[in-house]
Amino acid sequence: MHAAFDTKTLIASLGALGLDPVEVKSCAANRRDYLRRPDLGRMLDADSRRALAGRARGACELVLVIGDGLSPTAVNVHAAEVIGQLLPHLKQAGIAVGHVVIASGARVALGDEIGEILRARLVAMLIGERPGLSAPDSLGAYLTFSPKVGRSDAERNCVSNIHGSGLSSAEAAFKIAWLIKEALARQISGVALKDESGEAAARQIAKPV
Amino acid sequence: MAYRKVIDATAYVFDDLRELLAKATPPRSGDRLAGIAAGSAEEMIAARMVLADTPLRQFLNEAVVPYEDDEVTRLIVDTHDAKAFAPVASLTVGAFRDWLLSDAATTPVLAGLARGLTPEMAAAVCKLMRNQDLIQVAKKYEVTTRFRNTIGLKGRMSTRLQPNHPFDDARGITASILDGLLLGSGDACIGINPASDDPAMIGGLLRLLDDIIARFDIPTQGCVLTHVTTTLGLIGQGLPVDLVFQSIAGTQAANRSFGVNLALLAEAREAGLSLKRGTVGSNVMYFETGQGSALSAGAHHGVDQQTLEARAYAVARAFDPLLVNSVVGFIGPEYLYDGKEIIRAGLEDHFCGKLLGAPLGVDVCYTNHAEADQDDMDNLLTLLAAAGVTFIMGVPGADDVMLNYQSTSFHDALYVRDLFGLRRAPEFDDWLVRLGLSGTDFRLAGNAGQLPDFAAKLIA
Repeated sequence: MHAAFDTKTLIASLGALGLDPVEVKSCAANRRDYLRRPDLGRMLDADSRRALAGRARGACELVLVIGDGLSPTAVNVHAAEVIGQLLPHLKQAGIAVGHVVIASGARVALGDEIGEILRARLVAMLIGERPGLSAPDSLGAYLTFSPKVGRSDAERNCVSNIHGSGLSSAEAAFKIAWLIKEALARQISGVALKDESGEAAARQIAKPV
Repeated sequence: MAYRKVIDATAYVFDDLRELLAKATPPRSGDRLAGIAAGSAEEMIAARMVLADTPLRQFLNEAVVPYEDDEVTRLIVDTHDAKAFAPVASLTVGAFRDWLLSDAATTPVLAGLARGLTPEMAAAVCKLMRNQDLIQVAKKYEVTTRFRNTIGLKGRMSTRLQPNHPFDDARGITASILDGLLLGSGDACIGINPASDDPAMIGGLLRLLDDIIARFDIPTQGCVLTHVTTTLGLIGQGLPVDLVFQSIAGTQAANRSFGVNLALLAEAREAGLSLKRGTVGSNVMYFETGQGSALSAGAHHGVDQQTLEARAYAVARAFDPLLVNSVVGFIGPEYLYDGKEIIRAGLEDHFCGKLLGAPLGVDVCYTNHAEADQDDMDNLLTLLAAAGVTFIMGVPGADDVMLNYQSTSFHDALYVRDLFGLRRAPEFDDWLVRLGLSGTDFRLAGNAGQLPDFAAKLIA
């Protein structure tokens, strides 16, 4: 929970994948504020809002956000790997990544404001989940169609438990890509979009023995 | 209506019942986050003094969330039973507290009162009560429900066996079920929180539970805790659904953030009932709640989280649930900051649930980013067992490896059983004896030889 968010290494890893991420911060100035004031973690600070507005160039299909959440460790360890596995699926589906954003002090709903400013049809956020005793490095992915401030959690899809003893990066990337494709095609996310990737995944990924 | 109290030279004014309730609430981070907590201990006490003098009847005249805006308020008002309310109709909140603690408030009298109480009345009196009051009054209640066994009888406590797995692996889940059954857990239900919301995956888990329960003829019920629309779809496909699960909250807007409304819950209950899978009763719903969920969804209407939690129980009881579970420490430190706040909230939730006639269990739990530890959970577990909690969770090693939080273990349940002499649902206890997993004294048999035989049958 209190581990440092290693954005420098993350930027380098994403750069190696051909991505040019922009860094933003929420209004939570420190981890203490972050814990006590989740509302601050859902709002961009003024500088970040300006930086994103400067980057926005018309509407785009997809914005990827990587946020520290409650486990910076999860993001440090797994995020670049998942993105690396995700990109080929997106390419195959002909879905362009409009922007990649690295967000500090982030709650899930921060992606709504980011996606809204960048005029994304869909935002996919990778974020560190609450640290468990056995799995302190669990990563989650949240997908929100037509992101804008005020979206409710019922309007998101989630792929959780991405870590060494949970969902592998390859399995997670497959599920996330499936949900991205379906959310864009059906123009919806959340409880109305069920993850039915299981059958496709069974064909795609060899089951562990 | 405004409420006033002058203490020495200071006048305290509370604009309405909503503000009065919020300011009278024992301190917690969620109410501070919402900006509605008392500004000082003096203000909190002034609010409690005013609240103590407020007639219970006032709660029938003044809604904390407007009737026109909110279907939960409409449910509360429209289903209020004036006849059941009559015995306490002339009391103030303070006098109601004294009456609840008195010998006049016996188990049958309290049972008859439940539908006469609104959740706001329960929340109000709760705010005037110390922890020992919450325990003593709750202990008098006996809220019983039935599906394949009888839950909530006096002197008994049930457990939900919670065999979650980070990627819903059938073998991992089966191993945890085996572990729990051998340790006498699972009479409230065997309930899996799936990591996936893929209906095909969830259908597989429903079959797994149905198969285990049928193969061993276990007098319990299965549940996969997924969104109610997913369960409805699976019922439509003919999958074996015992209990229909849904998370609920105390306002229409918060329920909307969960993707549900009262009509949808009614539809889901009807679908569950239509399967007729209960053998001794037909309580088919399993609800989960927790203080802070409405604020988390920006749907709290300026009402304190404990009052809203009580309103969630008014939603629950309208659907005759088998189980209602306050997942008290799950939401995180921004709503309940530390062990002290979690313990208080756990006792409040159990008390209010029972007052309203809901079969309340508590997931005695915390997250690793809260200021709490397992000793705090030992305290809350012991207090709730003393208070007659309907059920608790049984999680392998108390560590949920999918939801990533700390709950109570199979052994924790055995500890309070031992301490207070608490037995399980009678049908389940008999089953344990029949299989030789416990002796006729209903204590687990020290029979290590049972394991290979039982395990072999389970995984065959």
